[in-house]
Amino acid sequence: MSAPKPVVGNRPVAICSFAQSPSLRRVDQANEVEMLMPVIAEVFAKANMTKDDMGFICSGSTDYLIGGPFSFVMALDAVGVWPPKSESHVEMDAAWALYEAWVQLQEGVIDTALVYGFGKSSLGDLSRVLAMQLDPYTMGPLWPDQVSLAALQARALLDRGLSTEQEFAEIAARSRHDALKNPNAQVRNEIPVAELLEEAYAVSPLRRHTLPPLSDAAAAVILVAGDRAYDVVDRPAWITGIDHRVETHAFGARDLAVSTSTAMAAKIAGVGNGPVDIAELHGPFAPQEVIVRQAIGLDDSVTINPSGGPLAANPMMAAGLIRMGEAASRIWDGSATRAVAHATSGPLLQQNLVCVLEGES
Amino acid sequence: MTEENLAPVTMLSTPIRLDYDFTAGLAQSKTLAGYAQGKFIGQRCPKCKQVYVPSGGSCPTDGVAMDEVVELPNTGTVTTYCIVNVPFAGQSIELPYICGQILLDGANISFMGLLQEIPTDEVRMGLRVEAVWVPEDELGPNLSSVKYFRPTGEPDADYETFKEYL
Amino acid sequence: MADVVEVFRSPHVLEYPYVRSTGPIVGGYLSGLRDGKILGATGAAGRVIVPPTEYDPDTAEELSELVEVGPGGVVTTWAWVSDPREDAPLSEPFAWALVQPDGADTGILTPVAASGPDAMASGMRVTASFLPSAERQGRVQDLRCFVPEEAS
Repeated sequence: MSAPKPVVGNRPVAICSFAQSPSLRRVDQANEVEMLMPVIAEVFAKANMTKDDMGFICSGSTDYLIGGPFSFVMALDAVGVWPPKSESHVEMDAAWALYEAWVQLQEGVIDTALVYGFGKSSLGDLSRVLAMQLDPYTMGPLWPDQVSLAALQARALLDRGLSTEQEFAEIAARSRHDALKNPNAQVRNEIPVAELLEEAYAVSPLRRHTLPPLSDAAAAVILVAGDRAYDVVDRPAWITGIDHRVETHAFGARDLAVSTSTAMAAKIAGVGNGPVDIAELHGPFAPQEVIVRQAIGLDDSVTINPSGGPLAANPMMAAGLIRMGEAASRIWDGSATRAVAHATSGPLLQQNLVCVLEGES
Repeated sequence: MTEENLAPVTMLSTPIRLDYDFTAGLAQSKTLAGYAQGKFIGQRCPKCKQVYVPSGGSCPTDGVAMDEVVELPNTGTVTTYCIVNVPFAGQSIELPYICGQILLDGANISFMGLLQEIPTDEVRMGLRVEAVWVPEDELGPNLSSVKYFRPTGEPDADYETFKEYL
Repeated sequence: MADVVEVFRSPHVLEYPYVRSTGPIVGGYLSGLRDGKILGATGAAGRVIVPPTEYDPDTAEELSELVEVGPGGVVTTWAWVSDPREDAPLSEPFAWALVQPDGADTGILTPVAASGPDAMASGMRVTASFLPSAERQGRVQDLRCFVPEEAS
């Protein structure tokens, strides 16, 4: 057995273990560390590894969710970092922490890395929290809420004739239906599209079903480089391509109906070099899935978000990493040979990461 | 003066306010419930057997749940201290005062506490102290339940007994 | 049930009185709003960016020239808020919109005061509505909103 040759990077790296806590509207019985601890324990147990086997640890989180400084330092208690460990953190979705770990693994000095992300949307007002990422001079003082901003993007898509409200509802119905098979998902039901379309607008043109849920959860993965991956899992999910791109922060200067950064990342990651079986896309609002899918160039034959996706569970700072873990799970169980995982960060799809995962056929 | 003659804007006030409904989680809640009863509640790591008070729920060394609850005594040792002479916003204690790191007997981590009933020039490392709690009807699930620490009058602790906790 | 622990919750407020240096470009924009004008920055190939940025978003070229745009403009996309949040800039139902002022090539995030969603459309003409000059302080809120052009 040997790993497929990556199109990005020189060293084959695989996702070999994945764990997540159930996404819930409010996790009250646990602080962030307590929410994370069982997830870390599970991701190690599945890999038959411990913290002492890790060459690097990288996490994604943001202090504005908890309202306190350096929450990522406290979160390290969930891993146990004594004797001192090589560690880093990104104030982005943990998918970008995975990218940082992947870069470290490319150096060839270490073979393993733990990546995790966590977020509780329940503690504060998520729209206020997310307004903190906007331009603080010309947008922040107006405190625009995230639903209204997503609605601007949705309208741009509709005006261009690139989607319909019917399609938004179909995405929501499909996500919730698929989530019935995912015990970690939060919104799981079987509601016909016609019924969803009868809902009132939250902010027109977005009805409630097009919005992601507010979630509390954590997730973790283990990356292993080279042949050591086979010690952990029979069919490693090899990262054959990965790239992330950023667009201007000033979203009034962007074409909101398309995602140039996603398209570029997908091209560099080599999505088009072969058929894609499944894709896990991180478009938290239903119209964003349409934009991302079109940007990556996925046709109707590709199964989108078999896990239910972010419309069924959307823990901030972890939902992107969960896409990568869910996609890898489909490689491990043999239901997919080539999968795409996407993550987004920043307002209105500002930054996008695309990853191609492959198993040996 | 016409509008055009106003000075150019160079500074912008952008106040922010975010409201949270904080949850203490399980482990910290056990410690907080202890304060409301006038007790120090710590937790022990099943692996390294260290006792932390308070505990965030996880052993920072081993990354496992510190699930064994340990009631700690009222007495401990000052491992180190400083004397505060500088006023600051929101200060409620009369200057100068002593801020000490208190290692409760049986604990493996120290925490910060106010020292009273001792002149500032008599405080020292190894000083044996005890907690003075607020009256029972004022106890609550927070650190304000501990009024301060004061000397017990016992002989000082030997440096060897607390040198690992500095 | 002896092991059931009451989990404590507490209100917690994070508050900062940030005062930011604007620099000449953002400061120029805010000075303009205070004076009842909308200014943009001329970027690469004559593209006018508003609110102005210190750099061209596409080429990273440093920008310094500010030009007046608006006060009229076109709604490029909008979202109808039927139930405004407490912190919304307008208390009556309104539209969030991106408005491209005449002479500019990008959109401003702004509220639009309109009678209802039926009065809104992408491509519609709107015009800037400033606070009275005595109330303007050199901040983004000085541009209170845009209003449909026929209602101005």
